[in-house]
Amino acid sequence: MVKSILLVGVGGQGTILASKLLTTGLMEAGYDVKMSEIHGMSQRGGSVSSQVRYGEKVESAVIELGGADILVAFEKMEALRWLEFLKPGGKVVINNYEISPISILSGKIDYPQGIIEEISEKVDTVVIDAAGHAKDMGNSKVMNVILLGATIKSMGLDHIDWEKIIEGNVKQQFVDINKKAFKCGANLV
Amino acid sequence: MKKLLTGNEAVAQGAYEAGVKYASAYPGTPSTEILENIAKYTEDILAEWATNEKVALESAMGASVAGARSMAAMKHVGVNVAADPLFTISYTGINAGMVIVTADEPGQYSSQNEQDNRNYAKFAKIPMLEPSDSQESKDMIKTAFEIGETYDTPVLVRMTTRVCHSKGIVHCCERKEVQIKDYKKDVMKYVCVPAVSKRLRVKVEERMQKLSDFSDVTELNYFEWNDKKIGVIASGAAFTFAKEVFGDSVSYLKLGFTNPLPAEKIREFAGNVDKIYVIEENDPYIEEQVRILGFDCFGKNLFPSYGELTSDVIRKSVFGEANKTIEYDRKKVVPRPPTLCVGCPHRGFFYQLGKRKDIIVSGDIGCYTLGFAEPYNAVDLTICMGAGASMGHGAQQVFDMKKDSGKRVVSVMGDSTFFHTGINSLINVSYNRSNAVTVILDNRVTGMTGHQDNPGTGYTLQGKKTVELNIEKLVRAIGIENVVQINPNDLTSVKAALDWALSLDEPSVIITRWPCVLKKLSLQDKEEFKEIFQDKYSIDQNKCTGCKVCIKTGCPAISFDNAAKKATIDLEQCVGCSVCFQVCPVGAIGKVGT
Repeated sequence: MVKSILLVGVGGQGTILASKLLTTGLMEAGYDVKMSEIHGMSQRGGSVSSQVRYGEKVESAVIELGGADILVAFEKMEALRWLEFLKPGGKVVINNYEISPISILSGKIDYPQGIIEEISEKVDTVVIDAAGHAKDMGNSKVMNVILLGATIKSMGLDHIDWEKIIEGNVKQQFVDINKKAFKCGANLV
Repeated sequence: MKKLLTGNEAVAQGAYEAGVKYASAYPGTPSTEILENIAKYTEDILAEWATNEKVALESAMGASVAGARSMAAMKHVGVNVAADPLFTISYTGINAGMVIVTADEPGQYSSQNEQDNRNYAKFAKIPMLEPSDSQESKDMIKTAFEIGETYDTPVLVRMTTRVCHSKGIVHCCERKEVQIKDYKKDVMKYVCVPAVSKRLRVKVEERMQKLSDFSDVTELNYFEWNDKKIGVIASGAAFTFAKEVFGDSVSYLKLGFTNPLPAEKIREFAGNVDKIYVIEENDPYIEEQVRILGFDCFGKNLFPSYGELTSDVIRKSVFGEANKTIEYDRKKVVPRPPTLCVGCPHRGFFYQLGKRKDIIVSGDIGCYTLGFAEPYNAVDLTICMGAGASMGHGAQQVFDMKKDSGKRVVSVMGDSTFFHTGINSLINVSYNRSNAVTVILDNRVTGMTGHQDNPGTGYTLQGKKTVELNIEKLVRAIGIENVVQINPNDLTSVKAALDWALSLDEPSVIITRWPCVLKKLSLQDKEEFKEIFQDKYSIDQNKCTGCKVCIKTGCPAISFDNAAKKATIDLEQCVGCSVCFQVCPVGAIGKVGT
C-alpha cells in the first residue's frame, strides 16, 4: 500500500529540509520512496509543495488530485489551495500561520477569513501553532521540524529513529534544537 | 550503496561512474543542479559554467575530440541556442563519448515555452534516451556513453522537470576510470567543408539504420505483458504516471531508447493488444511512428498535447473523471505570484522605470522579468535569453521612422544574460547606432537559477578564483561611449541616469551594480559593498498618512493595515535597502536606532 504525504507552504519556509528528513528516514526504514518538488520561480515567495510517496513499490513521484493521505500546510491559506489533492477521509495538519501575498500586503484585499472552519468542517483537521512554539524555542526556523514531528505522529511512523536521521542531516550546532522541535511537534498531535 | 537522489543528482552520479572528465553547462531550470552536483567531484571531473549553451556544447565536443568522456547539460530552450553545433557534430561523430542532457518542461514551471526536444533528436539524427526516474537517469547516462562510443555519435538524454526534480532510491557504484584517448588528426571527420560533410551525411544515415536495429534489441525498450485488451506505450515520467493509473491491469511497451524508435517491437506489441494508448507528454512523437507503422491508437485525440500527463490527467482522459476530491470554496484562495525579494536590487530601478510615460521596456530572462508585474508594470516584452537589447534595438529603429513618435525603448538584462547572448545584442546596438537605452542589472550573480557564478563574479563553478570581467570596460570596448554605473537602491541616481540616457540620440548603457540579497557574498563583495544589509527601517505610525506610496515599491516586508490606514515594515524581513525611505513623501520612514 503506497502512502502519500503532501507538504505545502511558501518558498523559504523549509519544506525542502522537512521532506529531506522525511524521505531519508523512510528509505532507511526500508520503504521504497519517491519525492517530487518543483523548484524555480516559486522560490521567490510563491506557493511550494513537497510530495512524498512511500510503500513497498512506488511508481509515480507525483501525488494526484484526491491522492494524499495527509496534507501538511506550513501556511494556512496553502492548506486550502492544495485541499483538492487530499483523499476524502484524509487528514490535514495546519500551521496556524499567515504569510500574505503581495495583493494582501498592499491592502488591496484582506487575508481570507474562516479557512480553518472551512477545512475542519470537511476533514479531520489538526491546527498547531508551530510558529509560536518555534519562537519559544528561540529559533523561528525550526517551525518546519515541528511540523515534521506532527506529520510523523499523524502517519504512525514513530517507529523510525528520527533522532538519528536529524543527527545525520542537520548541521551539528542545530541538532539539539531540531530534536527538541521534532518532539514538540509529535506531542502536539 | 543506496542513495536518495533527484534525477539531476543521479545524472551527476552517472557521469561520475561513467568516467566523465569534462562537463559544461549554462544554468537553467530544471537542469541547473546537474553541473552543480558534477562540480562536487573536484578530483575527477573538470566542471565549468559556460557563458551559454552553445559554448557549453562546443566545449564538451572539444573535450570529446581531445579524448575525454564529456557532457553538456541544458534546459530545453538552451538546446535552441546550442542547435547550430548540435546538427553538425551529428555528422562528425565523436572521439570519446559525449552526452548532451536536455531538461524539458512539460507544464512550464519556469520557462517561456514548452517545446518537446525529442524532436531535436530526430531532426539532428542522433540517438536519444528518456529516463523515467532517478535510477534510470543514472543508468542511462552510463549506457548513453557506451552507445555513443559504439556508434560514433553524440547522444541526447531527454529529461523532464519531474524526472530532474523528483527523488528516488538509486543504487550507486564506483567510478570506472576511462583513460583519455589519443587525439588523431582527421580532417575527413572533423572539418565540415561541403566535400567532407557530403560523405559524412551518408554515414549519418548508415549509423541511424544501425541504431534502428539496436533500438529493437536493446533492453531499454521492453514489454510488460499483462492483460492484452489494452496496451500502453509510454516513455519518461509519463510511464510512471500511467503505471500509477493502470497498475498490472494492462500491458506496456516501455520506451527508454526513443530515437530511432523500435519499429519491430512496436509492431509486435500492437499485434498482441486490442487497443493501444500512447501516453507521452507534449508532442505526438511516438504516436506518429505508431501510425506510420499502420496501427490505429489513442494518442493526442484522447490525451492533452500540453502540460504534464500526471495520473489525474490520464484518469480524466481515459475514464472521464479523476479521483474523488473534497469539495470546497476555492474563491477564498488568493493567488501567490512570485515577487522581487525584500532587498532585491531590481526594486529601486523598476520603481523609477515604471513611473515613466512613453517608454517601451524590452525585457529579458531573469528575476527582473518580474518587473512586468504589479506594482511596477515596467516590462513590455520577454522572449528569450539575450533578446531584450536586440528586440529593443529593432523596435527603436522603427519608432524613429515616424517623426516625433516620442517613443523610447529601454532594454533590460542581467549580468549573466549579458555574458550569455546579451553582449551580441549590444554590439548590434552599437554597430547600427540606435538610441535605445540598454540597462545591465548587475546583481553580481546568476540569480534566478539559484546563485551560480558567472564571468562577472570572479569565481568558477568549482570555486577557483578567476578573472572578473569588467562589464563597463566591455561596453566601452564595443563602441558605446555613453556608460554610467549606479547603485540601483539610490533612486536619485536611477532617475538621473534614465534622464541622461533618454536625452541622448545615440546608444547608451546604464549599469546598476548591487548584489542579489540572497547571494553568499565573496570577500570582494564585502569589501566593495561595505554597508550592505546592515540597517533596518521602520515607519513612525504617528507620521504615516496612509498614502501608500511605500506600498508601490512592491516590497514584501511592507504591509498596509486597511483599518488603521497605516503601513508597517516587518523588521525581521527588512534588510535596509532604503527604497521605501526615499519614496515616503512625509518623512515617516526612518532608520531604526537613529
